[in-house]
Amino acid sequence: MSDCRRQWNREDELPVYLAGPISSGPNQRKSYGMFSSVEGAFDSKTIDFDSYAVGRKGSRTPRSRSRERILDSGDPVEKTPGDAREGSQTNSTGEIDGTGTGAEVQFAEEENLPGKDGRLLIKGGRVVNDDQSFYADVFIEDGLIMQVGENLVAPAGVKVIEANGRMIIPGGIDVNTCLMKPYLDTQPVDDFLQGTKAALAGGTTMIIDHVTPQPEGSLLEAFERWQEAADKKACCDYSLHVDIPKWNETVKDELEMLVQDKGVNSFQVFMAYNDLYQMTDSELYAALSFLKELGAVVLVHAENGDLVAKEQRKILGMGITGPEGHPLSHPEELEAEAVFRAITLGNRVNCPVYITKVMSKSAADTIAQARRKGSVVFGEPITASLATDGSHYWSKNWAKAAAYVTSPPLSPDPTTLDHLHTLLACGDLQVVGSSHCAYSTSQKAIGRDDFTLIPEGVNGVEERMGFVWDKAVAMGKMDENQFVAVTSTNAAKIFNLYPRKGRIAAGSDADIVIWDPDSVKTITAKLQQSAAEYNIFEGLECRGGPALVLSQGQIVYEGGKLQVQQGTGRFIPRKPFPDFAYQRVKFRNQVKNSQGVTRGMYDGPVYEVPSMPKYITPSPSAKTSPTSHQPPPIRNLHQSNFSLSGAQIDDNVPRRSGHRIVAPPGGRSNITSLG
Amino acid sequence: SLLHSVQLHLTIPLEFSDRLLIKGGRIVNDDQSFNADIYMEDGLIKQIGDNLIVPGGVKTIEANGKMVIPGGIDIHTRFQKPYRGTTSLDDFAQGTKSALAGGTTMIVDHVFPVPGSSLMEAYDQWKQWADEKACCDYSLHVDITHWDDTVKQEVDHLVKEKGVNSFQVYMAYEDYCQMTNSELYEIFTFLAERGGIAQIHAENGEIISKEQSRMLQIGITGPEGHVLSRPEELEAEAVFRAVTIASQTNCPLYVTRVMSKSAADIISQARKKGNVVFGEPIAASLGTDGTHYWSKNWAKAAYFVTSPPLSPDPTTPDYLNTLLASGDLSVTGSAHCTFSVAQKAIGKDDFTQIPEGVNGVEERMSLIWDKAVTTGKMDENMFVAVTSTNAAKILNLYPRKGRIAVGSDADLVIWDTDAVRTITAKTHQSAAEYNIFEGMELRGAPQVVICQGKIVLEDGNLHVTSGVGRFIPCSPYPDFAYKRIKARKQLAVLRAVPRGMYDGPVSEFSLSRGGTPSASARTSPTKQPVRNLHQSGFSLAGPPTPEDLPIRPAGRRIVVPPGGRSNITSLS
Repeated sequence: MSDCRRQWNREDELPVYLAGPISSGPNQRKSYGMFSSVEGAFDSKTIDFDSYAVGRKGSRTPRSRSRERILDSGDPVEKTPGDAREGSQTNSTGEIDGTGTGAEVQFAEEENLPGKDGRLLIKGGRVVNDDQSFYADVFIEDGLIMQVGENLVAPAGVKVIEANGRMIIPGGIDVNTCLMKPYLDTQPVDDFLQGTKAALAGGTTMIIDHVTPQPEGSLLEAFERWQEAADKKACCDYSLHVDIPKWNETVKDELEMLVQDKGVNSFQVFMAYNDLYQMTDSELYAALSFLKELGAVVLVHAENGDLVAKEQRKILGMGITGPEGHPLSHPEELEAEAVFRAITLGNRVNCPVYITKVMSKSAADTIAQARRKGSVVFGEPITASLATDGSHYWSKNWAKAAAYVTSPPLSPDPTTLDHLHTLLACGDLQVVGSSHCAYSTSQKAIGRDDFTLIPEGVNGVEERMGFVWDKAVAMGKMDENQFVAVTSTNAAKIFNLYPRKGRIAAGSDADIVIWDPDSVKTITAKLQQSAAEYNIFEGLECRGGPALVLSQGQIVYEGGKLQVQQGTGRFIPRKPFPDFAYQRVKFRNQVKNSQGVTRGMYDGPVYEVPSMPKYITPSPSAKTSPTSHQPPPIRNLHQSNFSLSGAQIDDNVPRRSGHRIVAPPGGRSNITSLG
Repeated sequence: SLLHSVQLHLTIPLEFSDRLLIKGGRIVNDDQSFNADIYMEDGLIKQIGDNLIVPGGVKTIEANGKMVIPGGIDIHTRFQKPYRGTTSLDDFAQGTKSALAGGTTMIVDHVFPVPGSSLMEAYDQWKQWADEKACCDYSLHVDITHWDDTVKQEVDHLVKEKGVNSFQVYMAYEDYCQMTNSELYEIFTFLAERGGIAQIHAENGEIISKEQSRMLQIGITGPEGHVLSRPEELEAEAVFRAVTIASQTNCPLYVTRVMSKSAADIISQARKKGNVVFGEPIAASLGTDGTHYWSKNWAKAAYFVTSPPLSPDPTTPDYLNTLLASGDLSVTGSAHCTFSVAQKAIGKDDFTQIPEGVNGVEERMSLIWDKAVTTGKMDENMFVAVTSTNAAKILNLYPRKGRIAVGSDADLVIWDTDAVRTITAKTHQSAAEYNIFEGMELRGAPQVVICQGKIVLEDGNLHVTSGVGRFIPCSPYPDFAYKRIKARKQLAVLRAVPRGMYDGPVSEFSLSRGGTPSASARTSPTKQPVRNLHQSGFSLAGPPTPEDLPIRPAGRRIVVPPGGRSNITSLS
């Protein structure tokens, strides 16, 4: 079964709508009409949106209109269908026909089977994409969005969902989960079933999981193991990152295969975990150079592993063995240092760098600064760093403190989360993951006498979207469009899933969430989907949550109830060279060509080097006359009108004698002589 | 230490011209300027004030209102540096002569032991060279080029017995003297315990060697390949890393040769965050830029080769002077290490073979005066601080050096703010055939230089004696760096959280992973935690009734300890 699904997903057999639209970067944003922001997305569809759009163009910008909308929809839950229609009236110029009257019924006709033929109509919602919000109906068929437009007429037998003016957003994409990450002999308590259930309950309709091969193991085998497990269990679409535990020649072949045949375009490298996964700077340079040629996104776990190891030993030596030793031995400057180094490497190689798990202010600031200098770098804070802080490591309750252990650790600075939200809102950080990796207390207790043995991982896949809404949108830091961008669209763009995922537009997958900004719930382990005993957000109140979740066009979550089917999740292959990351890189490649200076041959005296000492990089083939066509050097102040000092007349200076000088047979030429 | 130095000094044979009076000068120290006469005897400043009562027959110098400043201290020179069987052109005689000609009365040279060899032997070798030839007082830094237990003992010995308080380590030169992060951590920890200053050559050596092979591969073999393979971000990266490691180990950090804007920025940022870090731009980075690497003249381009390289960004010197004036960068050196064209030509077919080093010991003070003081960036007191006083403080030689005060060494300079000279290899003291500041017109120069109480430069004439330079021992724990470090050490005591024993279930596992084995896992530590928000007032979810529990995946082996679970650790 899983094989068929994979078959369907092969690149060449993908539906036409996925084939081309993102190849042309600048055009992609051009709006050809009010609702059509993807060029050509509505070609040969039934409704002619352009005809709607013509009359409105001059009046108001779409954005300002959407702002007014927010004011209009005061209490979306209580709103009657009439109100909703009144809302859409101001928007549409005289397109009111009879269809609105019957819209309050949940099902258009007598059929009660939820989308028997996979057809669904969401009526009267406010579609929120990352670039604009607008009122429209969304018609779904076969797991795809077929039409987005006003006053769509539902064919008979189609289930109608009345959105009543609520927000309709693209389903969330959680770019960082570890649902099968092995630790010693154990596996996280949340597997693909449990984990994707939790994801769907939180409004996330796609996850990208990390394949973590053993240091000596094969990447391909690990990838296949992960894929098999996920195909059996996942309830929502998924994709896979592959972690590179070691850098060598075999890995190169496997990486190539993964990119070209397996639909993986992102790989994680580690700067931490000394003696295990950690790569040296030279290896990182080699890895980045290689992955860049493949067009992959390099995910970096940024922490200085050498220093962490030193600090761990020091802290253990001081008799600190509890979980507080974890943040003490992983201070945030080690994170910031590694981020800085990773960005430097990325700049040198001209390779996009993606920092996973941004946990501290200083790491986030480093990313923000680098972006200001033009580096192609992306930052991913996670639910934990956005909603709680590291003061809990000092809890008297060992099990509670241990539940927070993850790397890099949560910052003990309680102002961190606020800062990270601010950077997320202004675009300095781009994506939100969860790094969901839940271990039970008994698993965590492996490290009860030594904090370095505590398995690392926190929960967050379910709470992710809610907390971003609660801490950023509800606080007025972020608008709803940016909310969609950081929870879904940016991830889809970076990992080349856009616009199949991350957007509500005709042709995209029907992964849709009706978002309720006013629901309030208190996070507790009692009510969570995850199998972990403890929730690190325990007791926190969270405003905003999904009212209804559609995955692959099916209703999987409604009114607090999950209806999922194990194994329905498909593997979504991803192509290399995502425009969002690589367009700039490609241009820089063309610009960045260093060239040598054309000079006459140096024919002056040369000191004879006696023996072969150590620190010489052997020049492979020392060519003396560099390339033929030479552009002018960057700046040359001295090409002309600059005379060198001339003959030395300083008499009293004792010239050191005894140097053997090799004068070439031809004598010295004036090109190189200084005196 | 002042007393000690006085005794030390008395053993020096006296000469008849040892008594000197400077009349009518304006004394400029790093904190204030004032008009006073200075009387010197036996190489020390004996009196300062108006209308001094001095013995007859004293040679008097009329300063005519000119500035009298403490003699410069060039905190970074590499005279007589061995390189592949040859040595750099300027030895201690030539080098210190150049220094004195430029108003610098003390130099601090770097001892560079070949990796794997003894630090002590190298130190003795350098000291011998310097004692034979130096014309002015000197002190020594020792470079740590490899790291093991023997080196540890030698460093300890050097600090305690030999008067060395600063050691340089390298983050560049892969497979030669580059240190790994772990080694840096150990060295910094060690130095912090001994009261030493960790100096760092900050460049990412691993990436450099990758870039070097790339450059050679695409056919770039000339000196421009040097700067192309060592872009300034690699310098900034290494500075950032060094700052991080130093802050972790609570060790004062000194970045030698700040050559680029971004490296300087990292240092100022770190200082703003409270790190104890000092930056040392050199004469070359303050006076010229890296555009010369593209010169058509190979020999000229090669003369600029030094590491980290001069930045091709022509606004760099101005920027570094600004940071120097604002105090973000603390001291200036020259990294003076000159080679002849023939020596540089070792790398004529491969830029990686060009011996590294530029001149600057003679031009350093004038350059800063010209670029910073005459442009209005810096005042004369700050000028004294960055050319002399701060260096003396870091080396723990203050106030013996770096200040005009009673009891200080009689190393001083009458500074002529209006003198203008043009730098050229024809007239410089160095033996180098080319001067990287060639043709530059500099305002400000020493008029009279007094070293050890003797006039060595007057009316443009140098009178130096080889071998009179004394080794000045530096003691550890300089206050300038260590006062803060000591205070922080007391604060930074980490404490464990007192908890009951965890007695809940533990998953079975095998230590197949190379986890750090816990050395001696003590379970009940003492004292208060650093911060504890949850000691009280925070209740966990509360004991739920069993039917509330979410479904747990079964099939996990749980080890329940014999005593059962206690409520300390249960969550539900």
